[in-house]
Order: sequence, then structure tokens, then C-alpha cells
Amino acid sequence: MSNERVALKELLFQLADDDFLISYRGSEWLGLAPHIEEDVAFSSITQDTMGHATMYYNLLEELGEGNADALAHLRSSAERRNSVLAERVNGEGYYMETPIYDWAYAVVRNYFYAQAKRVKIDSLRESSYAPLAEGAVKVSMELHYHLMHWRTWFTQLMSSTDEAEKRMTNAIKLVMEDFGDIFSYGQYKEDIESAGLIATEEELTKNWIAALTPVFESLGLAVPTIPAPVKNGRNGEHTDELDTAIATLSEVYRLDVEAVW
Amino acid sequence: MTVLTQLTNDSIYGALMNVKDPEIDTVSILDLGMVEDVSVEGNDVKVVLLPTFLGCPALEIIEKNTVEAVQKVPGVSNVDVEFIFSPPWTSDRITEQGHAGLRAFGIAPPPRHFEEDGSWHVDCAYCGSTYVTMDNIFGPTACRSILYCKSCKNVFEAMKPISTLM
Repeated sequence: MSNERVALKELLFQLADDDFLISYRGSEWLGLAPHIEEDVAFSSITQDTMGHATMYYNLLEELGEGNADALAHLRSSAERRNSVLAERVNGEGYYMETPIYDWAYAVVRNYFYAQAKRVKIDSLRESSYAPLAEGAVKVSMELHYHLMHWRTWFTQLMSSTDEAEKRMTNAIKLVMEDFGDIFSYGQYKEDIESAGLIATEEELTKNWIAALTPVFESLGLAVPTIPAPVKNGRNGEHTDELDTAIATLSEVYRLDVEAVW
Repeated sequence: MTVLTQLTNDSIYGALMNVKDPEIDTVSILDLGMVEDVSVEGNDVKVVLLPTFLGCPALEIIEKNTVEAVQKVPGVSNVDVEFIFSPPWTSDRITEQGHAGLRAFGIAPPPRHFEEDGSWHVDCAYCGSTYVTMDNIFGPTACRSILYCKSCKNVFEAMKPISTLM
């Protein structure tokens, strides 16, 4: 397989797994959001995002990587290419029992993620791979509303009570600890960047900071620094939290992989 | 004596008028601007559709309903339905008839214009009042928002505007 072909598939797995895992974590919030309107909004965003993951998995299916459903459900954590941030649990507790989820963490994770997705999608609209560029135009229109939603929550909670500010500050710290691989292409950096599929890691990082700067300035804060990754999800390095996520999300699918839903 | 029916695009478009949005039975997929292309080759028909939202769970139902409706047209043997992303579906593809159908269902059609800051405004789907507030940009389905009319005191929905400028 040519380097360009490998690079394309690796990038698609990174994009697909990111949206798939973050929307799985979003789905665990269903019924638990702070109020009913937020439940409607968050589940709608999650449904859109799952649709974006499906679009990427379908592109992989067209490239001969196998069935899209199987790609989503049956790959082990070592085969996953999502950022560690996307796989993290929502907080303590199991959602079927007594979940003690952290709303501040949900807001910060989803806002920073949506902004990172925004700069990637803007770049993908110019991708050398036409099907990906076309898909990006479609994602872009839906993402517009997601980003607006999380930015609103972020600025409101950051300028709310002392308690809110304390929790949000703590959430920013937690999110940034896992942000090191968000703009990483892992070991395929050179091939992905030289194929003209998407902008360089450095350019995306620069654009993310530039987009967040006015928001942080309005709050009297500086945009947090992106650290070097501790584990790089793009290279298949993950936490146990991904193993449990995959086991849960694929439980029904594995019962009968031939079933038509 | 059998009369051979020459399949025409018109007869297929006629059938597609009967394919309604699974959740809004007053608008067809043609009214919604989802039909990008119809082609007939002998007895085989291909219908190219544009998904409104990528994660819309109604797409598979629409695909199935499209196949069933077109198959009823005399002379049709095979029906192929394909979803494509380019051109992207945008809310300005909804026709005037689509706007009327949405209003009949109690859903405000998407606005034709945006303000400079990207915000938008619709009037109440029931009484037409402009005195409304946005309750939730996100609604019961991916393509709808929830609003409240301060004049007639009804909660109503609006089709979310979707544009390539976003």
C-alpha cells in the first residue's frame, strides 16, 4: 500500500474514533444533564456527532477496511486512534447505578474538543481527498451549532459563582492533561501532512489558540498551554477507560454480529 | 395487447411526491429539497438523495420508502437509492410548497436570511406573531429548534437554518 493510502486511512481512523468515543461519552449523559432542555440539546449534539463518526467509518468501508459497524464496535483499544480525551469517563460511578458525573468537565471537554474539531474541519474542507472534503462541508454546518452551544455554557459558567469558577478551573486542568494528542497524527505525522489531506499539527494548534484567545481574553484569562502527550492515542496508547467503554458499547452488537437492526 | 410503458423522469418524480418525511407527513422529500437527481435507464431507476443531517435516523426509513414508492411505478424493475454529500443539503433547498407543508404541521419554515452576527429570526408557526423567544436551538430531531410565542403562548418548533456559510 502506498504511503498516501496508509496516511489517509490512519487519518480517517483518528477522526472516526474521536467522534465515536466522544459521542459515546455524550450518550452516557442522557437523562442526567442539569435540566431537560440541556438533555435535549446534548443528546441532539451527540446524535449528530455519532453521524459524523458513521460518515468516516463509511469512507473507511469504501476503502476496503471492512464493515463500518464492525469498525466501530469490534476493534480493540490498541487498534483505536482516538485522542485520550475522547475516551475519558464522565466522572465517578457507573451510569446504570449511581453516576456522579462532572458537568464542568463535560462543558470544558466538549468546548475544547468542538473548537479543535472546528479547526480540523475548516482544514479538511480543502483536503486532497475529495470525499473527505465533501463530508467536511456537511459536518461543518452541524458543528456550527455545537460549538455555539458549548461556548455559551463555558463563558456563562466561567463568569458565574465562585463555586462554578472553582469547578471549571479544575475541569480545565483535567482536560488539558489529556490534550497533548488532540492535534497529533502520531507516527504517521509526516505522511499525513505531506499528502495534503489536512493542515499540519502546528497550524491546527495555532488556529485553535487563535480561536480561543478572544473568549479567554473576555474572561480575563490566558489560553492554557497544550502539553506533550503522556499517552498518544494516535499510536494506540490508551487508558483502561477505553477498554471498559468498548466492552459496554459493543455488548449488544457482539451478541449477534449478523443481526440487522 | 400490452402497451409498453416508456418510463419517464416525470413519472418517477410523481412517485417521489408520495415519499413523506417519516416524522412530518405534510412534506415530501421533494418539498424538502432532498432529491438531487433522478435517472432512468431502461427499467432501472436511480434516485440520488441528500441527507439533511448526517446522524438523522430517518434516512434509512426514507431510503426504504423511496424504493417502495418508485417500485410501484409501472415498468420499473430495479430501484437504486444513493445518498451523497455534495452538494450539501441546505435549508434553502426547501421549496415554497415545503414551507407551506411545514407551517401546516405547526413547524415554522427556516428563515431565508441571517443577521450579520449569524443569528436568525422566525415568526410563530401558529399565529404568525413576531414576538417569539428561542427556547432551545436543539429540538426533538436534529433539524428542528424549539421556540415560544409570547403572543399566542404556544411552544412551537422551527426548522433549523443550515447553510454552507456556517
